Amino acid sequence: MAIRTMNYSAAIAEAASYCKVDVIASYPITPSTPIAHALNKIYVNGGFPKFITVEAEFSAISSLLGASAAGARTFSATSSQGLMLMHEVLFSTAGMRLPVVMAIANRAVSSPLNIWADEQDSMSQRDSGWIQLYCKNGQEAVDTVIQAFRIAEKTMLPAMVCLDGFYITHSVGQVDIPDKDKVAAFLPPYKNPCVLDPQNPLTVGSYALPADYQDFREDLCADVEAAQETIVEVGKEFGRVFGREYGLVEYHNCKDADRVIITLGSVYNTIEMVADALRARGEKVGVAHLRSFRPFPASDLRANLAGKHVLVVERDISPGGVPPVYAEVSEALSGTGSTVSVAAGLLGGREAKKQAFESLFERMKQGKVKGWLCSKDKK
Amino acid sequence: MKFAVSKPGTTVAIKTGEWRSQKPVVDTSKCIKCATCQNYCPEGCMGTSGQAPDIDYDYCKGCGLCAQECPVKCIKMEHEIKMVGKKKQ
Repeated sequence: MAIRTMNYSAAIAEAASYCKVDVIASYPITPSTPIAHALNKIYVNGGFPKFITVEAEFSAISSLLGASAAGARTFSATSSQGLMLMHEVLFSTAGMRLPVVMAIANRAVSSPLNIWADEQDSMSQRDSGWIQLYCKNGQEAVDTVIQAFRIAEKTMLPAMVCLDGFYITHSVGQVDIPDKDKVAAFLPPYKNPCVLDPQNPLTVGSYALPADYQDFREDLCADVEAAQETIVEVGKEFGRVFGREYGLVEYHNCKDADRVIITLGSVYNTIEMVADALRARGEKVGVAHLRSFRPFPASDLRANLAGKHVLVVERDISPGGVPPVYAEVSEALSGTGSTVSVAAGLLGGREAKKQAFESLFERMKQGKVKGWLCSKDKK
Repeated sequence: MKFAVSKPGTTVAIKTGEWRSQKPVVDTSKCIKCATCQNYCPEGCMGTSGQAPDIDYDYCKGCGLCAQECPVKCIKMEHEIKMVGKKKQ
């Protein structure tokens, strides 16, 4: 273990190289480009056996699907429109139970064209069957990439490691890159039980008639939900080996809090700073970071946040309906006496000053909070 | 954990000829054994070149390419009535 000052994208790529990835396929798209760039640099220096230079993201995920089915450990990085172009194959990857791991540099979606951070891109892939883990800083991104391989390969489900574009991908900071040999020992070799093999040919992801199709989808739903256990188990094991433990949700001063803001991604850090300052003034406020969005840790939230006023801060929308994280948190806390409200916004890289969150904690005293977060429309 | 997998050779059991609604019938007296139908057939079920077509109706899906391409028009597509979804009529 060594603490180094470096760009987080380079750190993520280095962590992936310690994970003995066999095949990488990635197409550059802002802000995930520095990850692909760093991966390619490691590849040309012999760090990965194969880097497929593809013509688009649809090919990137399709080649990883094939490579994973043939027994290779696979990794990619993408963002926004690139992830949207992968949409169709994401469902196939999950349905075929292939543990592809992908770093998502979260970015706004068109239109209008915007390259800055929010979580609309990965939230749009919510129902694909992929595990989605969100990171609040560069260190978590490095650690989560390593854990994602173990979680994915144990559950035979693909996993996205979501990190905010620019805030994480383009930042330089201190990061503890785990020891190469310890990472190798932490990750058992990938064994696909239905591997493609010319000596023993079979079709994977084949056809299912109405009599069978739903059985596969029910099985997928049950396994994604049960992946919560694996995420917790792997997070604990990571803590034993590397000294930083992870779980489904991180609670900060939530036990005795009456008001809690729950969020995901790098905006957590600003909210935590605001909450700590309010605590120092005697206000009973807490913050929670939702690390695992898929599977959604509903019972974990019920056990820790029941009866509190919970405000969801999210950087994504669902036009004509309620935002996705709010929908999940409301469902999880229904019937517990909690008040759940939402402040969605900070889209396309709109910055939130700490006053915005001070005001949110203040407004929570008056009951349910309504309206956009950091909107120019003051009505 | 369920994997949707299948082994090769599924059409040994699944007779795809069941999908057919029209059936090619050859007038062998007019056939010039040119092998055009045998080369065009996407299922390869028109028999051996150099001989009049010997159609494998288990796998002929009735696409009609053979009748379309036959230079002497000795193949006719006839309507066929059969039980759908059953192995044997």
